[in-house]
Amino acid sequence: MTILAIARKELALYFGSLLFYALASVFLVLAGYFFYTNLGFFVLMGGMSLQRGLWQYQLLDLQRLLLVLIPLFTMRLFAEERKLGTLELLWTYPVRDAEIILGKFLACLLVVTVMVAATAVQPIVVATFYPVAAGPLVAGYLGLWLLLAAFIACGLFVSALTDSQLVAGAATYGVLLFFWVVTWNEAAVNEVTLHLLVPFSLFDRFYPFALGAIDTGDVSYLALFTLAFLAFTFFALDARRWRGIR
Amino acid sequence: MPPEPMIEVRELSKSFGALDAVAGVSFRVHRGEIVGFLGPNGAGKTTTMRILAGVFPPTSGWVRIAGRDPLREPLACRRAVGYFPEYAPFYPELHVAPYLRFVARLKRIPRTQRADAVHEALAACGLEGVAHRPIGTLSKGYRQRVGLAQALCGNPPILILDEPTIGLDPGQVVEIRDLVRSLRGDRTVFFSSHILSEVAAVCERVIVIARGRLVGEGTPDELSARLGRRRRVVIRVDGPPDDVAAALAAVPGVLHVERRESGLALDAAEREDVVRAAGATVQQRGWSILELREESVDLEEIFLRLVRDGEAAS
Repeated sequence: MTILAIARKELALYFGSLLFYALASVFLVLAGYFFYTNLGFFVLMGGMSLQRGLWQYQLLDLQRLLLVLIPLFTMRLFAEERKLGTLELLWTYPVRDAEIILGKFLACLLVVTVMVAATAVQPIVVATFYPVAAGPLVAGYLGLWLLLAAFIACGLFVSALTDSQLVAGAATYGVLLFFWVVTWNEAAVNEVTLHLLVPFSLFDRFYPFALGAIDTGDVSYLALFTLAFLAFTFFALDARRWRGIR
Repeated sequence: MPPEPMIEVRELSKSFGALDAVAGVSFRVHRGEIVGFLGPNGAGKTTTMRILAGVFPPTSGWVRIAGRDPLREPLACRRAVGYFPEYAPFYPELHVAPYLRFVARLKRIPRTQRADAVHEALAACGLEGVAHRPIGTLSKGYRQRVGLAQALCGNPPILILDEPTIGLDPGQVVEIRDLVRSLRGDRTVFFSSHILSEVAAVCERVIVIARGRLVGEGTPDELSARLGRRRRVVIRVDGPPDDVAAALAAVPGVLHVERRESGLALDAAEREDVVRAAGATVQQRGWSILELREESVDLEEIFLRLVRDGEAAS
């Protein structure tokens, strides 16, 4: 399977690079710090009487943290290959573009999933001395995972547009932030516009998951967002190839 | 039985916006041939080779790789071709053997034959000693060999090598050249260069392009006959520069004298006579030769002349 071959190479590059360990360390340290402060807040403020539970706070914090970190994972995926000139070589092997794209996407998703899965230790620790409802937590993590896939697909697409990792990272922030804050100017827009925009906000789509609700509409949106950006990546590569830009 | 064409190109063109990188090139390369692809920088060599290797499609024209149409059967065509891109791009962090295993998987070599394919490629390129080192830590010559190894991996019937010796020191150039020569056999090798002597040393036939057009085709001997056998000798003499230049320009056989900072460059029809005659002239005038060396004539200018001749003739 050539998809797996591409994915294996990407994994080797991730696990062989300092950047991965730096990003994973930042993520785990900050995720731990958020957990510590959220737990402290939850205990001091009286726990059950709060409007939202501990895990809602924690998931929303993780979501913000991942928004900051994911573009740093995805920026190299195509930009680096362009810079090195190795994309030209990949194109001379009997491999379809779709296989290259999926291999890279899956490798990045796996790396980030492993990193995020490490935070599962937090509910496990809490469960040893306080009851933890598994259902809402599973829903929250499912939502987080779908959100990650969407972030990665978006970053992969932007990375296919340039040979500069920095440009890819910066532009990915731009696109993701746009889809994040698209509904934040509630006061400035009229209700009709807001209604049109709400379905496209990644933030608003994730919120129900954090509360423990799996809405098929939200699942579909995040899945479609991911598929759309994977398709955009395919067209971006194809267009650049026809124009002869490596 | 007529020879089987492995690479066949008719009226191939590729434009990048307003730039016509390749403009109507036609040629054939047959099974078992080693063919050199010569041209000055920017002539369209790399563009043509990228089209043949499947990096991008042509703007127009007809291409067959091992009898197949790359637009209709892109994967089958790419399986038939091993490609060495100019400057041999590499992943600095990957180690040599795992990298070649990755290449073998991408080339869809069956699992049972993969280890052998990697081993053969390592052995053919003399890479066994560095198989477990990151490619980024290797010398330029070894990285070039890694590039050749990935092209050779899986033993494709057609090899397309884009400037495999560029940027190497003379010893490494000889090694790579020997390696290319050792590929002779059933394989079809199409390799580009801008150095005539290199192509003459390795190839049976040469195709010359300039400014995106075919300007010559034939054996190296035919070609150099057509270009006129010109040699260049660089000479440094401790006499008054103007007198020396005038005296050497008068030497029989010297076609042109060019003054440089480091001395005088003589373009000559035949080297040995000219060197002897120039030496005698210098001695007669009571000067002495400080430096004397032969310089290979840069193909680029010969090509430009060829192209200019072609344009003047048409």
